Amino acid sequence: MARLNELTVAAARDGLAKGEFSATELTQASIEAMESARPLNAFITETPARALDMARASDARRAKGEAGALEGIPLAIKDLFCTEGVLTTAGSHILDGFVPPYESTVTANLWRAGAVMLGKTNMDEFAMGSANITSYYGNVENPWRGQGDNRALVPGGSSGGSAAAVAARIAPGATGTDTGGTIRQPASITGLVGKKPTYGRCSRWGVVAFASSLDQAGPLTRGVRDSAIMLGAMAGHDPKDSTSVDIPVPDYEAALTGDVRGLRIGIPKEYRMDGMPDEIEALWRDGIKWLEAAGATTVDISLPHTKYALPAYYIVAPAEASSNLARYDGVRYGLRVPGATLDEMYEATRGEGFGDEVKRRVMIGTYVLSAGYYDAYYNKARRVRTLILRDFTQAFEDVDAILTPTAPSAAFAIGERMDDPIAMYLNDIFTVPANLSGLPGISVPAALTGNGLPLGLQVIGRAFDEETMLRVAGVLEDAAGFDALPAFVAGR
Amino acid sequence: MAVDKSTVAHIAKLARIRVPEARREALAGELNSILGWVEQLGELDTKGIAPMTSVVEVRLAKRADAVSDGGCRDKVVANAPESEHGFFAVPKVIE
Repeated sequence: MARLNELTVAAARDGLAKGEFSATELTQASIEAMESARPLNAFITETPARALDMARASDARRAKGEAGALEGIPLAIKDLFCTEGVLTTAGSHILDGFVPPYESTVTANLWRAGAVMLGKTNMDEFAMGSANITSYYGNVENPWRGQGDNRALVPGGSSGGSAAAVAARIAPGATGTDTGGTIRQPASITGLVGKKPTYGRCSRWGVVAFASSLDQAGPLTRGVRDSAIMLGAMAGHDPKDSTSVDIPVPDYEAALTGDVRGLRIGIPKEYRMDGMPDEIEALWRDGIKWLEAAGATTVDISLPHTKYALPAYYIVAPAEASSNLARYDGVRYGLRVPGATLDEMYEATRGEGFGDEVKRRVMIGTYVLSAGYYDAYYNKARRVRTLILRDFTQAFEDVDAILTPTAPSAAFAIGERMDDPIAMYLNDIFTVPANLSGLPGISVPAALTGNGLPLGLQVIGRAFDEETMLRVAGVLEDAAGFDALPAFVAGR
Repeated sequence: MAVDKSTVAHIAKLARIRVPEARREALAGELNSILGWVEQLGELDTKGIAPMTSVVEVRLAKRADAVSDGGCRDKVVANAPESEHGFFAVPKVIE
């Protein structure tokens, strides 16, 4: 049998149900994996004692015949989710010492389903980044290495610690958040399945806010089935989040029929970018062939406003961030840097507590919302957002799902692209449109580059139709047969 | 519209972020390059297009106007860098 820390969510669940091992044994294996993988810097806070307590409680529940959907499964939690009694930092100096007195709805749902918390994962500060290089707690290393190249690579971001933890086989699954692609992009470059559900599917309550009209929680896993299982436990209506939608949560696992016959899959021509690496273009063609071979029909579609999604995002997201991050003032929680007056105390605290990327975005947001520029920038971007959603709405009149590459490149080395914010922003070019339009998107690992690094394909679905999206993703997963392992696997 | 050093100082003041004088020039360059890049939205004619308010058509739910939380003062101030007698403590605001 595979080592316990290398099992998928589904395999661990089935093994636990058959009594092949206990939740305590499974959790112990993950704790040892977490310790052995410390050089990756995937975790900000490890919670091994809490994990073992939760695992023992899970074993006791199972003994009584009570088992939830994730009973006994150890998970890594992005440090953006508030966890009661456990340090929550959002990767920022400004949240120094913040111990939430409450639990986020998504994590509470996971614990109610029986899951076990291993620890809190590293991330770009306030989820702002695509490479996990803006964390106050240091860079995260990708467990993958290029062939013949020993440079440490980025794991993607902002959910980089979660991605590294799952790719390195520390945990079978992790939570992430996706504001502009920061579940799907790290999943693509670490060889994982990463999914952003429809906006409103998962409660944002208790998740440290970045850009509230875009943020959505989702799972990072090593397979599509695991992604379906985790979402079923995370999702659901929550009166504490006014944008959480009150509709039933389907059985996502049951959606994985493997049958895509008759489905129409849109291939948007605007995602064929100048300068896109041939390998990504070829992978996309493979994806089209795989779906056609499985009985789907592919249809060329146009999403004419695609090129404006990224600039619109870089107005809307900083604007919302500048408002959301106003709460970090050195008064109620976290870091305080003294000042002679209240304003000086605010300025000193925020000047020292925020990193460069966060300051840049808060200032851009402040500028585009300031008197005289609000209409030219912020309202303009919101109008463009309406056009981007309209593109998708029209496309979905004719197709059931859309297939695109997930990211414009494979993992790059830590230190590359750091001096040019816009070059870094381009990592999210294929993922941002789904955030702006609220649609669900999933990245499936589909191939290795010539250099031995993973690449993903993205499926975008209709709003609240994660089921069709998952079904298509499952067929891509089967056809791709991706089974490569990263250079670093915990415990090997 | 180009951002210069004095605009950076003004934005920093509005955002309550201390930006040292030595950093303002470089930051002006960074903000200009981002703002210059987002200017491409100007190519689009958006006359008559309503600004998006919500990606999902939902009516905000109403709740009963009733107290649902409270009575946990110590929990509320537990994370404060400074608190006194159950209050948040800040530098003197009123002389």
